[in-house]
Amino acid sequence: MEEKNFICTACPTGCKLIVRMEGEEVVKILGQRCRKGETYGRQEAIAPQRMVASTVKIANGIHPLLPVYTKGSIPKRKIMEVLEKIRAVELTAPVKAEDVVIANVIGTGVDVIASRDMPAVK
Amino acid sequence: MSIKKQYDVVVIGSGPGGLAAAIEAKKGGADDVLVVERDVELGGILLQCIHNGFGLQTFKEDLPGPEYAQRYINEAKTLGITFLLDTMVMDVTSQRKLYLSSRDFGYLEVDARAIVLAMGCRERTRAQVRIPGYRPNGVFNAGTAQRWVNVEGFMPGKRFVILGSGDIGMIMARRLTFEGAHVERVLEVQSYLSGLSRNYVQCLEDWDISLQLQHTVKKIIGKDRVEAIESVAVDDKWNFIPGTEEIIPCDTLLLSVGLIPENELSKKAGVILDPVTGGPFVDEHFQTNVPGIFAAGNVVHVYDLVDYVSMAGAGAGKSAAEFAIAEKERAARYIPLVPGKNVRYIVPHKLDKKALEQGDISLQMRVTRPIEEDVWLEVRGDENSIVKRSERYVRPGEMVTIVLKPRMAAELEKTGKLTVDIYPKSEA
Repeated sequence: MEEKNFICTACPTGCKLIVRMEGEEVVKILGQRCRKGETYGRQEAIAPQRMVASTVKIANGIHPLLPVYTKGSIPKRKIMEVLEKIRAVELTAPVKAEDVVIANVIGTGVDVIASRDMPAVK
Repeated sequence: MSIKKQYDVVVIGSGPGGLAAAIEAKKGGADDVLVVERDVELGGILLQCIHNGFGLQTFKEDLPGPEYAQRYINEAKTLGITFLLDTMVMDVTSQRKLYLSSRDFGYLEVDARAIVLAMGCRERTRAQVRIPGYRPNGVFNAGTAQRWVNVEGFMPGKRFVILGSGDIGMIMARRLTFEGAHVERVLEVQSYLSGLSRNYVQCLEDWDISLQLQHTVKKIIGKDRVEAIESVAVDDKWNFIPGTEEIIPCDTLLLSVGLIPENELSKKAGVILDPVTGGPFVDEHFQTNVPGIFAAGNVVHVYDLVDYVSMAGAGAGKSAAEFAIAEKERAARYIPLVPGKNVRYIVPHKLDKKALEQGDISLQMRVTRPIEEDVWLEVRGDENSIVKRSERYVRPGEMVTIVLKPRMAAELEKTGKLTVDIYPKSEA
């Protein structure tokens, strides 16, 4: 049996997780203080997931950048690929918070959405 | 939009503390709530915190900073709160008067029945951690770099060393990596991480950025631009350990070395600060030592989570509304005493109508000119006579006293002011 150690990132508590593996299978998770920790530990041991936040260029807004984020988590190994897609986007204000900026980014099933309203300047 | 001369509650700052305070003040019954913000938009520092992790308690969702702020902004806007953007508060007095400088309205003076201080905090700088060496370009506070990268669209450098393992420093390490920069190292003088361990995992470990505990910057190298820093290991008392020096080439040094509550305005208003937190001493209502001045959020002490800042703001806003309402009720019970015919002045200048229930109230006054014959001394209400008595004469050198009795309380209730006239009976 193999043991993997993680710090849970599901919330600011940062529980120390011990995930017992039998090959590719999780057999036991210890150290979590809630259900989220259970999910995180399992995921982290098999296929780590992360939410991603960045910015896209926006014209005619009060700022030149619009913050965006992935509505859900995506595979950790795909972060750089998602960032590349985000970097290629150019929008024009106005934009509303939660407007979809990239639907189903690189086939992850997760949308990249606006983090705030960006009113038009004129 | 026009700005009034007086507000029930004035909130200084529109970050999470200020927005929550304004919302709760309004919901708590304050009629006029004004939020003064120096930036061109509402939201405060949350707007540059584009990473997720906010609102797990408040909204049970994992939100980025701007989205968390947006929800409060949207709610505040539906409640009929007045917002004054691009406006600096230049001074606040203990009498709750504010002096403002606004881009749209110029110079303004505003009276507040209650004030909520929500100015947040600012970053400790290079000067406060005393790093020797030249003062080249390329030394930034982590929060300043965050504003550049996330809001204004500038990269402060290409190759970074970060001093301090605070949350902003770690979050910037990841953010800069996302934007193509290389983060060489994070140095922490203490023997433990100063930010949240989740940020160590997602921001440093995920991106193979090494953290060195009990290490600090001994010297900044480079004259016009940072060329490298010299790091050094320290012992438990933060003394440099000779022989552990290392030159780390980089073009930018970010400082994430702590936050200080921003209380310059508080001090002007006579608010006493706790030397430990750097913020005001407050009671359980977040009221400072100055009655009617409340404080909430990072201006009081530096929080770890925004959800707690919002909670504190809400508490302060609710208390401020209660104070303002009580103040307004008390002010409404007062009626002015107006010098009428041949009266130069009256003391007291105003009186609490309810005070008459407790006993007699003496009105003391002097006349403008002598009248050497029988006179009437008369206290009048708006449309009624409260009391009238006679004297054989009146002279400016001799003070005149008229006593109001508890039995006159019913007549007093009917009026909004009292006027005293002193005139010859022959003219009556």
